[in-house]
Amino acid sequence: MSELIRVENLHKSFGTLEVLKGIDLHVNSGETLVLLGSSGSGKSTLLRCINFMETLTSGRILLNGDAIGSETRGKITYKESDLCKLRTRIGMVFQHFNLFPHMTVLQNVMEGQLTVLGRDKAEAAEKSMIQLTRVGLADKAAEFPSRLSGGQKQRVAIARALAMDPDVMLFDEVTSALDPELVGEVLKTMRQLAEEGMTMICVTHELGFAYHVANRVLFLNEGTIHEEGDPQSVLRNPQTKRMKEFLEGHALFKLPE
Amino acid sequence: MEWNFAPVIANLDILLLGLLNTLKVTGLALSLGVPLGLGLALMRLSQNRPISMISEFIIEFFRTTPPLVQLFWFFFAFPILFNINMTPYLAAVVTFSIQSSAFFAEIFRSGIQSIDHGQWEGSKAIGMTRNQSLRRVILPQAVKRMIPAFMERSIELLKTTTLVSTIAYTDLMYQANSVAQSTFRPLEVYSVIAAIYFILIFGFSQLSIVVEHRLAKSGEGTVN
Repeated sequence: MSELIRVENLHKSFGTLEVLKGIDLHVNSGETLVLLGSSGSGKSTLLRCINFMETLTSGRILLNGDAIGSETRGKITYKESDLCKLRTRIGMVFQHFNLFPHMTVLQNVMEGQLTVLGRDKAEAAEKSMIQLTRVGLADKAAEFPSRLSGGQKQRVAIARALAMDPDVMLFDEVTSALDPELVGEVLKTMRQLAEEGMTMICVTHELGFAYHVANRVLFLNEGTIHEEGDPQSVLRNPQTKRMKEFLEGHALFKLPE
Repeated sequence: MEWNFAPVIANLDILLLGLLNTLKVTGLALSLGVPLGLGLALMRLSQNRPISMISEFIIEFFRTTPPLVQLFWFFFAFPILFNINMTPYLAAVVTFSIQSSAFFAEIFRSGIQSIDHGQWEGSKAIGMTRNQSLRRVILPQAVKRMIPAFMERSIELLKTTTLVSTIAYTDLMYQANSVAQSTFRPLEVYSVIAAIYFILIFGFSQLSIVVEHRLAKSGEGTVN
């Protein structure tokens, strides 16, 4: 397995608040990585730094072994055009979908291909239909997002990201805004992607998803990676007190076995 | 007192020329003021502090000074400063283009800012530049929300153009003055032009209500 993404000594501060305090991680091609942590632990910020939705305070990120940005005398600068190109290779799906309400489902999925990749309309439409079929929404192509359920919107958002043919997909708490009964269809789609070999980094509170789908789980606490390992051992036998508390919090109101 | 519209009808061609000129100045001020307003709004929203401040100053200056003062300044003062010839027509177009652009800038700005931040994020995440996001995602949604304010401002502009009669531009108001004086029938003349303005603006605002309804119906809710 080749290494797709490497994060080196990543620091991120908002004003005086240091959210990430030196993160090192790597993701191999085809791997699904799940980031866990309580709110404020920095997991979403970490995810958003990987595709430069947030600017890094310090540290660097490598995609396929190439460092992002240009370094001159120890200072790394990032050009908008480089970051835009990078973001076409790193897909992202958000908690609140962020679909474009003035476009149909098909137009949503085509938009980036037309505007950013410069594909022609026929090709973009064809690729969009392939991705919409993949997420099971080909029959909704002509609808506007307002006519869809939350789960369907999120699957369209996944198709929109996939249509750019990214190397890796980032999922930022994509089921947190959904009605509980709609969570399953989105997780199912994500699981299917993982099984098809897509490289994925997921921030989620769905421990079941982490347990069954992730190759590796990272637990973030106060801006550092606190515990890391394969999901079976990390979720069943947490080594740190903080991780134990976190899991206990999640299991508080589980149905009895 | 008796009403006699014969002198008004006899001078209808003069009044119609005035109406045409009023529409010309309004139309030109709109077609220059809207793009100029968008430019000012984008400057104002720029992350570059000086650019944003320059735009803010222009907008605030033209929103807070009386339009009549601006008109006189461009007609009487501007030519002295730059040693050029200024016609009433040119002064009118320049003044009302800039003046309305200041208002349109604020309409654009609030329209753009009313769009959920997630729309910027969604477009950024698929690799769009700031400009592409603005053009393809933000503005199409913002413009829809701006239409009522835009219509209202255009009506306001049409009314304000009556000021150009003070620098002897032959708009509807100016023509009415001259017809009223030459025929000694101010009652009929001013009644007629009041009616013309009423019909024009009432018709326009009815149209804007229709447009708004259309948009509301096709209105895919803008929040996801």
